[in-house]
Amino acid sequence: MAELPNLIPAIPELLLAASALVLLLFGAFRGDTSTRTISWATVGVMALAAVFIISGPSDGVQTFAGMFVADGFGVFMKLLILLGSGLTIILSLGYLRDHGMERFEYPILILLATLGMMMMVAAADLISLYVGLELQSLSLYVLASFRRDSERSTEAGLKYFVLGALASGILLYGASLVYGFTGSTNFDAIAANIAAQEHGASVGVLFGLAFLTAGLAFKVAAVPFHMWTPDVYEGAPTPVTAFFSVAPKIAAFALFVRVMMGPFGGLAADWSQIIVVLSATSMVLGAFAAIGQRNIKRMMAYSSIGLIGFALMGLAAATPEGIQGLILYMTLYLAMNIGAWAIILNMRRGSSLVENIDDLSGLAKNQPMMAAAMAIFMFSLAGIPPLAGFFAKFYVLLAALDAGLYTLAVIGVLSAVVGSFYYLRIIKLMYFDEPAEKFTAPTREVGLIITAAAVFTLLFFLFPAPFVAEAELAANALFR
Amino acid sequence: MIIQTIAFYVFAAFVVGSAFMVISARNPVHSVLFLILAFFNSAGLFVLLGAEFLAMILVIVYVGAVAVLFLFVVMMLDINFVRLREGFLQYLPIGASVGLLLLVEMILVVGVLATSPDTVAVAAAPTPDITVVSNTEALGALLYTKYVYLFQSAGLILLVAMIGAIVLAHRVRPGVRKQSISAQVSRTRAEGVELKKVKTGDGI
Repeated sequence: MAELPNLIPAIPELLLAASALVLLLFGAFRGDTSTRTISWATVGVMALAAVFIISGPSDGVQTFAGMFVADGFGVFMKLLILLGSGLTIILSLGYLRDHGMERFEYPILILLATLGMMMMVAAADLISLYVGLELQSLSLYVLASFRRDSERSTEAGLKYFVLGALASGILLYGASLVYGFTGSTNFDAIAANIAAQEHGASVGVLFGLAFLTAGLAFKVAAVPFHMWTPDVYEGAPTPVTAFFSVAPKIAAFALFVRVMMGPFGGLAADWSQIIVVLSATSMVLGAFAAIGQRNIKRMMAYSSIGLIGFALMGLAAATPEGIQGLILYMTLYLAMNIGAWAIILNMRRGSSLVENIDDLSGLAKNQPMMAAAMAIFMFSLAGIPPLAGFFAKFYVLLAALDAGLYTLAVIGVLSAVVGSFYYLRIIKLMYFDEPAEKFTAPTREVGLIITAAAVFTLLFFLFPAPFVAEAELAANALFR
Repeated sequence: MIIQTIAFYVFAAFVVGSAFMVISARNPVHSVLFLILAFFNSAGLFVLLGAEFLAMILVIVYVGAVAVLFLFVVMMLDINFVRLREGFLQYLPIGASVGLLLLVEMILVVGVLATSPDTVAVAAAPTPDITVVSNTEALGALLYTKYVYLFQSAGLILLVAMIGAIVLAHRVRPGVRKQSISAQVSRTRAEGVELKKVKTGDGI
């Protein structure tokens, strides 16, 4: 008789899976009126999972025949993902109510997507990587077209689905090549096989690696695999877009880092060139393409592409410092983005949402607190010291310079300067232009999230040490 | 051995031929029928490989369920497939030459390298050996032990697909009269029957 696998490292995932099933049944019996209850229950489950993650193992213990790993890196990233997902569920509540979208499947799909993300982060095998990725992606496709009566939402879902399926195909093809040339799908075995080659890795492995990189670059939306981002961001319902721009990005990045540093850590010199190009093009395109945007969701899409380029710089360095910078970057990115999206979600007149950048004009006269918070987020995204965004960029740039990536660092700084134009334009609109019509006041939950995010972004420079230390621990877990 | 070889080439030729007919047939019903032929022949290939479980699954799931479903869809929906596919074959030469070019390039790059000896060893020594246990048993033993994590996760993915289909396609239609069994069963004689005194010769 086979033994039961060690389930202890996977308790958070099992909890999420079981509660998704229970809540689904609950919703099926109670109908759409239970959406609010289920949403809060989902948030509670995520909080409980976070507690289990913190108290669970983080020493790199593997289970399920080496398919699943629980290490410090995974713990940190999973906590970020849970935080991002939980906050977006809370942010969505008002929107769902106002737009007649209160369907109980919404929080459950987010819960299942979060489960997929946690499985991605914990993957220690090419197959479990793919299964987690697919669980996440499939939930996201449905969420993108959740507002099925809106043509744009449907289009966003379909576009995301077709391009996502293509990216999955490319990724799988790469995985099959890697399996064929190394003889295993297990990350440790692949790393051992590559290390054992006398003349460096075979061309077949590199070929597979290139395909894997392309597939993963699609998932993080790095140029030239970014085409879907603006359309999907614009078309999807706004709370879904807020969700897209936070948790899945962090998960995809964690997966990217894990694949690159884990099985292919020995080939850093080879894949680093690809990442440098991805990083540089993302930063430049993100900075220039956002300038012409009138729709704030599209602008945030390009801004996220630019920010992704910056984070990739940390990966291109392929050093513990680089990964540490990247982890810090994702943490601060979470805070800034959640705050900015909470405000975008609150650009409501009556109960309908407005999306144009011009609608923000004169916000400082109508709602000074909200304008101040938005100004903090925009200054932070632009990277103005002493806000959190500055430190995010600072650590990554430092790591890139240490690794000798001077050209990339210069491109990064220059594109950050160009990029600050459109962030500052929003501040100018808010503070110096004629006031437009007033927005509806935010609900208590949303107000609380905006305040918390703004305070964190503003005061991060006072207490960076615990985060830096935690990020260092998490990064070192990959270099053992 | 010779019979096996002949059988392989017959099955393989039929798979490729019918697969081509699937995309080139004008009548969509013919396409589906050719698809069924392709499935049957691939099942034959699986039998030749000694994978009888997969062969049966292919016939049961794909021919029995999927292809018949396609047939239903094709016959029930009034979609002009000819218009949808118009010009498809005229792109074939370019598409095929691009594909061929890619194939040649990849063979040039990858073909000179041998696959890893580990992979060959894995393929040569299936776990567990086919001579010891039957196909079905071996698959079951692996799926529920080594790959239980993936097996369960795949189940979750299918669940998401189901939720997604319901979320995106199911609409609650108002005014539909549904059977309510509890209401039917809990009817009492008092609600169901009414006695009227009818006078002789008056009618109701």
